[in-house]
Amino acid sequence: MNDMTKIERDVRMTDTKITARDVNVFYGDTHAIKDVNVDIADKSVTAFIGPSGCGKSTFLRCLNRMNDTIDVCRVTGHIKMDDQDINDKSIDPVQLRAQVGMVFQKPNPFPKSIYDNVAYGPKIHGLARTKADMDNIVEASLRRAAIWNEVKDRLDAPGTGLSGGQQQRLCIARAVATAPEVLLMDEPCSALDPIATAQIEELIDELRQQFSVVIVTHSMQQAARVSQKTAFFHLGNLVEFNDTDQIFTNPQDPRTESYITGRIG
Amino acid sequence: MAMNDNHIVASFDRDLESIQATMVKMGGLVEQALSDAALALRTRDVELAEKVRRGDKVVDELDLMLKSDAARLLALRSPTARDLRLVLAVMEISSHLERCGDYAKNIAKRTMAMSGAGAITGTLSDLARMAAFVETMVRDTLDAFIQRDPVKAAEIIERDAEADQIYNTLFRSFLTHMMEDHKNIAAGMHLHFIAKNIERVGDHATGIAEQTIYAVTGALPEDDRPKQDPITIGLQESDV
Repeated sequence: MNDMTKIERDVRMTDTKITARDVNVFYGDTHAIKDVNVDIADKSVTAFIGPSGCGKSTFLRCLNRMNDTIDVCRVTGHIKMDDQDINDKSIDPVQLRAQVGMVFQKPNPFPKSIYDNVAYGPKIHGLARTKADMDNIVEASLRRAAIWNEVKDRLDAPGTGLSGGQQQRLCIARAVATAPEVLLMDEPCSALDPIATAQIEELIDELRQQFSVVIVTHSMQQAARVSQKTAFFHLGNLVEFNDTDQIFTNPQDPRTESYITGRIG
Repeated sequence: MAMNDNHIVASFDRDLESIQATMVKMGGLVEQALSDAALALRTRDVELAEKVRRGDKVVDELDLMLKSDAARLLALRSPTARDLRLVLAVMEISSHLERCGDYAKNIAKRTMAMSGAGAITGTLSDLARMAAFVETMVRDTLDAFIQRDPVKAAEIIERDAEADQIYNTLFRSFLTHMMEDHKNIAAGMHLHFIAKNIERVGDHATGIAEQTIYAVTGALPEDDRPKQDPITIGLQESDV
């Protein structure tokens, strides 16, 4: 099947953005992630799938050190972004999270104006010198998140007043405002209706031109639609990691097959 | 971990079983049609030929039914992995069987057309032998599918070379008979088309075997069978 989509998909998947080696995560006594090794490509979408509690979100949160905020959580192994170990003492987690943006399951705009929601990150990271600079960043981010046309006339209105789908796109605009290199999405569509979901999926497809996108999703159809690579997690193990079309047409591991075909695994 | 065969949603299993049941039913009808068509040809039984001709309609209807069930299954269940390959393979196999049914019907029609004419001595039994050979191929290839046996399927693909070989022999024989006596030409043309139809059934049996391998392994076999082309064989002889 050498269709255009396939050719287009293959072109950009040459560079590795994030390399994870022997990553283990413990919550107290619980061994949540077991020896995970994975290479996440730049300029592409990688999907993490698996049953609830399999560790996919935990692993996602390792990629911008969100697990640091949990006291009982311990992470071992090496995660490198462009050859820089992100767990190195010299790395400031706040700076890292500007480089590795995150979008959550439930849209969580700040109780501020639409403008301030987007401007917040660039402001604390000192990315804009003048008001005009900031205006440009806000507009570019909102455009990139495909919500500019819907909000350009009411930038002072509260972000919380938008619809669920719009709020989620606002959160994506907020995440891309700090010019990240990687965008992590933890079930970004699970609280959205099918139209808003389709808009976010279309947006993800555009975002991958500029970012490395990693998405955790419970919808296997969504993983199949938006990603180029898919990783299947089960009981803390990375069971299978391969091209998305391979995973969904001919998975190699029986556990992957059981899960994606809806059999009791 | 052992692979469980049942879906969490039981009606998904029923849908998958249903299209396979339709396919197996088509297979049975097509095998019978081929066998009857060969018998009608050999015994010059016009009534039996007429029965084969009429019966093809049922196969066509089953093919349409299967395709519409499969379309509904794809839309409602969004099958993946081996389920997806199974549905795609069953749809392909249904088309192959439908074509086999058409060939049986065509053989029956030609049998009726030839009912008054004298046949070429000896060739009818050769044709019947060839028909029996490909009918066995169809039956075995469906068995291989039902048993999910890619090794057996690969063996059937190999067997098609023999069907081609029998066809090539018959081709020469018809050609010789027609050159010897031009009164043989009308029957010879019909008989040649019948032989060609039977040979095509062998090709479809091969196609079904390929789909079996795809459904089980996820990859189609590579097409590296040596082909014997009878078209070049005859030309030099007829140029004489």
